[in-house]
Amino acid sequence: MSATPLLELRGIDKSFGPVQVLRDVALTVHPGEVTALVGDNGAGKSTLVKCISGIHPTDAGEFLFNGEPVHIGSPRDAATLGIEVVYQDLALCDNLDIVQNMFLGREKRSGIVLDEPTMEQLAAETLAGLSIRTVTSLRQHVSSLSGGQRQTVAIAKAVLWNSKLVILDEPTAALGVAQTAQVLELVRRLADNGLAVVLISHNMNDVFAVSDRIAALYLGQMVAQVKTTDITHAQVVELITAGRSGGLGLATDPGSNGDGPQAADSISGGVR
Amino acid sequence: MTTTAVRKDGPAAVTPTPTVGGHFRNYLSRVRGGDVGALPAVLGLIVLCTVFAIMRPSSFLSAGNFANLFTQGAAVTLIAMGLVFVLLLGEIDLSAGFASGVCAAVLANVVTVLGYPWWVAVLAAVATGVVIGTTLGMLVAKIGIPSFVVTLAGFLAFQGVVLLLVKEGTNIAVRDEVLIAIANRNLAPLLGWSLTALAVIGYAAVQLLRHRNRVARGLITDPLAVVALRIGGLAVILGTAVYVLNLERSRNVLIVSLKGVPIVVPIIAVLLVIWTFVLQRTSYGRHIYAVGGNREAARRAGIGVDRIRISVFVICSSMAAIGGIVAASRANSVDPNTGGSNVLLYAVGAAVIGGTSLFGGKGRVLDAVLGGAVVAVIENGMGLMGYSAGVKYVVTGVVLLLAASVDALSRRRAAATGTR
Repeated sequence: MSATPLLELRGIDKSFGPVQVLRDVALTVHPGEVTALVGDNGAGKSTLVKCISGIHPTDAGEFLFNGEPVHIGSPRDAATLGIEVVYQDLALCDNLDIVQNMFLGREKRSGIVLDEPTMEQLAAETLAGLSIRTVTSLRQHVSSLSGGQRQTVAIAKAVLWNSKLVILDEPTAALGVAQTAQVLELVRRLADNGLAVVLISHNMNDVFAVSDRIAALYLGQMVAQVKTTDITHAQVVELITAGRSGGLGLATDPGSNGDGPQAADSISGGVR
Repeated sequence: MTTTAVRKDGPAAVTPTPTVGGHFRNYLSRVRGGDVGALPAVLGLIVLCTVFAIMRPSSFLSAGNFANLFTQGAAVTLIAMGLVFVLLLGEIDLSAGFASGVCAAVLANVVTVLGYPWWVAVLAAVATGVVIGTTLGMLVAKIGIPSFVVTLAGFLAFQGVVLLLVKEGTNIAVRDEVLIAIANRNLAPLLGWSLTALAVIGYAAVQLLRHRNRVARGLITDPLAVVALRIGGLAVILGTAVYVLNLERSRNVLIVSLKGVPIVVPIIAVLLVIWTFVLQRTSYGRHIYAVGGNREAARRAGIGVDRIRISVFVICSSMAAIGGIVAASRANSVDPNTGGSNVLLYAVGAAVIGGTSLFGGKGRVLDAVLGGAVVAVIENGMGLMGYSAGVKYVVTGVVLLLAASVDALSRRRAAATGTR
């Protein structure tokens, strides 16, 4: 565990109209670690990720990046900071090859002409750096890749840009056993290379296999953020389904959400 | 193609050094996997030419008829080249035919009625195309009307605009020498040969430089033999065509000598090179494919999707304008039917027959030229065999359907084998 967290969120609130999706959420993400973000459907995982990546503005709360307060108002701001998101639905173009996908929207050029050799070299170096050896040719179309290979390309695409924080939204949801293992291994390697990784997953086996810390969301509240080694499988499931587990989680009755103290509303330095 | 075999050593993504045999095996497995590309068009062209050559050996195979094919198919091919861009996004432009008619009518009005020089008229026609394309693109991208409906409305409205521009059914003659030359005159034989040589040398230079650059950086390259074969193939095809076109095709040489490459051929060739460059070698072209392949992914990658969508309609209508200029030149006049009747369907047919997908994301400008050749050969051959216009329409319709089926089936096959 390193001294300063790479990303620290404090008191994040987010409402869509009358529905409060996130309330007083805090999260710390450390470089070189995989932080698993767990929670049931509708707990606010995706919304939190979209707030971090600048797709949704937050209503209140602070972002600290490397200890410095920052403002993330758009996906571009997030990308500038080195935050990359690998979405569940991949966002790859089937009709383009691996190199073309990895550089999509940020092509290297010499003059007005695309600099294909440079892009191909950089892509090969990135894949080699992640020890990815499962693709036979960088010039094959993404449509010809298996689900695991696609996920690998999507992750490599996120790493290509000297990113510091990679957020993975259910990267193994649609994969088979062998491919899941492949992707998890890659996720672990990202963290070992010094990146901060946030992994959203429903699969407890995946979470316990790779994560260093577990952050559990329950009905829009961060109920616990603990080291993976300090918690059991069953406790995490309880946190996800009931919001509390023994000494962890919500102190009061978790069912009566909405009338607890709303300290976040009074936090200064709101992001808006 | 898809293997998950783990390589023991070396950096990622290393394939064994490609060989000539491996290159062709690769191609064959791609075709079997549903990635047929322009193969149906090339095969169709060979079959059609063989059939017509056997049925009408004297007329179909004559040098004069060969030259005719080019001028007959030029307008449709040019419109199809523009349509490829729209089809790449999975959109359609049904108004391209009459858009070419409107631009031709503008050309005729400027040069004949108003008496401006030819280049002013050409600029006015192309500018009209740009305005039409911008309007269509804005309606599709910004307001969000399906392109089918927008351009269907354009199809009807432009038909009316042509009628208004040519004053209700009369026709406007085009007598400007330069404009008439486009579709009716030929290059001097020597000039034809020099341009051919230039094209082959230019192609060879680009291919060899690229090969050397990739080898120098240690990237995987096609074997040199394949590169040489490509260059040789281009040289043979161009050389044969120019040789035949340079033969004397006048019936009576004493009255007038008729030989050389029709002027439209280099015009099409230059536009083919320019648009191919734009699609394959610029980030703008890359973004067109991306938007056609997965619009959401393109948006997330920071590509201005609306801008791309508008621009393809501008390209399509501008190419329609050039097609209209060639049509006006060939007919020496513009009438209410310029760009009408079957022009649009032939153009869409040409693009699809050539291998451009109606589902977006797949296609090349070369497809339009190959498909245009197929359409021109059908039209020409059926005419020589004395079939009525009715039969011609039916046959062209069947061929278009065939091409669309090949497109749809190869997609299914590709989905099944995972090699789209």
